[in-house]
Amino acid sequence: MTDLSESAAEIDLRGAAFGWRGRAAVRAVSGSFARGSMTAVAGPNGAGKSTLIKGIMGLLRPLSGSVHIAGAGRRRLAWLPQAAELDRTFPITVLDMVALGAWRRVGPWRRFGAVETARVWQALEAVGLAAEAGRLVGALSGGQMQRALFARLLLQDAQVLLLDEPLAAVDSHTADTLMQLLCAWHREGRTVVAVLHDLALVRRYFGQTLLLAGRQVAWGPTAEVLTPANLAAARGAREEWA
Amino acid sequence: MSPLDWAVAPFADYGFMRRALAGTSAAALGAAPLGVFLVLRRMSLMGDAMSHAILPGVAAGFLLSGLSLGAMLLGGLATGLAVALLAGLVARLTPLREDASFAAFYLISLGLGVLLVSVRGSNMDLLHVLFGTVLGLDDAALLLITGAASATLLAMAALYRLLAAECLDPGFLRASGGGGTLAHMAFLVLVVVNLVAGFQVLGTLMVVGMMMLPAAAARFWVSGVATQIVLAAALGVAAGVAGLLVSYHGNLPASPAIILAAGVVYLASVACGPQGGLLHGLARHGRGQ
Repeated sequence: MTDLSESAAEIDLRGAAFGWRGRAAVRAVSGSFARGSMTAVAGPNGAGKSTLIKGIMGLLRPLSGSVHIAGAGRRRLAWLPQAAELDRTFPITVLDMVALGAWRRVGPWRRFGAVETARVWQALEAVGLAAEAGRLVGALSGGQMQRALFARLLLQDAQVLLLDEPLAAVDSHTADTLMQLLCAWHREGRTVVAVLHDLALVRRYFGQTLLLAGRQVAWGPTAEVLTPANLAAARGAREEWA
Repeated sequence: MSPLDWAVAPFADYGFMRRALAGTSAAALGAAPLGVFLVLRRMSLMGDAMSHAILPGVAAGFLLSGLSLGAMLLGGLATGLAVALLAGLVARLTPLREDASFAAFYLISLGLGVLLVSVRGSNMDLLHVLFGTVLGLDDAALLLITGAASATLLAMAALYRLLAAECLDPGFLRASGGGGTLAHMAFLVLVVVNLVAGFQVLGTLMVVGMMMLPAAAARFWVSGVATQIVLAAALGVAAGVAGLLVSYHGNLPASPAIILAAGVVYLASVACGPQGGLLHGLARHGRGQ
């Protein structure tokens, strides 16, 4: 163990169970997301992947067990929900929507200065949306909207990024761009946790995998987790999953 | 009579018309911007429901201390917020959805309000409460409506970013440190304050028209939130002027004339507005073929 920061736990779960109305959608999750790690959360439909992410974000309290977030707690976390509650009919430009990412620094009252404005443009460039900055969010395609949400994440500048199916329902070109952004965040030393369906993508890009099927099936290096035996165990709970 | 005389003489000649003009303009400046956010939040019927909900409190204040504006404001705020909170509570504790429980409580509130005014006051009082006395505004009433409009505009300027963020993406705001609940509650209080303050001008039933009609109309002309707010306020003031003039020259009751003028503005916007107006859509459809 040479690098302490590399091994430090960013998010630590101990026997955690999350669900609604007292019924656990996912239980017995124990382990930690190491600082700077890149982890895929995989599993069949109904495995409790989104529920786990919401639990980590603090939107659901653990039914049992515990969640511990290192350092300044959830201020370090940024979350991209599967279906954002964002009202796409609201008349706001892409530029202003992305600027919301600075909320933790600017808040409801402080001035939105030149430094933040420059960061918004950088984020728009990074996702290839600079040309659309002045358009209303309602005019964006599904893929462009996901790019805009990624730009907002960029602006949040969070140490830990939790993404729920970030590549679902986008074209392959957009998926490539967004995947490159995830890898860039990882290279910058941020902790990336992403719920993904595409196991080929998981094997190619993610060092760590957490396999769920209503409970924790396996958690560790991707090659050791996505074994035929583990996948069969996960499938056992949900027959339709391949 | 020249058109200029027609438009200016009533206000130049009569103090009560000038007071009515000031009162309706203030009501429009405060209420219309709130209406823009009600439209954006898909809560257009909330203003209507709220105007019924505040009635018993306003009536109780009116009957206990006459035309004491402080008493009516406090009573209106108390019953308005009580209805909002009770509706939220029932929605949380039972399977009844919030809109249905809100409707139930505001109807109870309306019944109670009309009962209070009828039992303790005269029929004249009831008419005043329901339809306002725009042509008989005294200094105190003018002070209340202008004060409420000023406070509303300042509060909305302070809360603007929070209101917009909460309206656009409540989930994001919650995950980024919150403030959404504060914005929502402050917004509800502003709606109630404007309904209570506007009730002497246009009446509890009609004041909602000044809140919603210009806001719904503005949406057909411009797309930005800020521009919609400015336009809605301007359309509200214009409807007030037009309504007062029609009422004066046609010897018609002022409050419904003002709301009908706002209604004409709305219908014209639905027909002609470039942002999704009917004629615009037809023209584009025709070109497309």
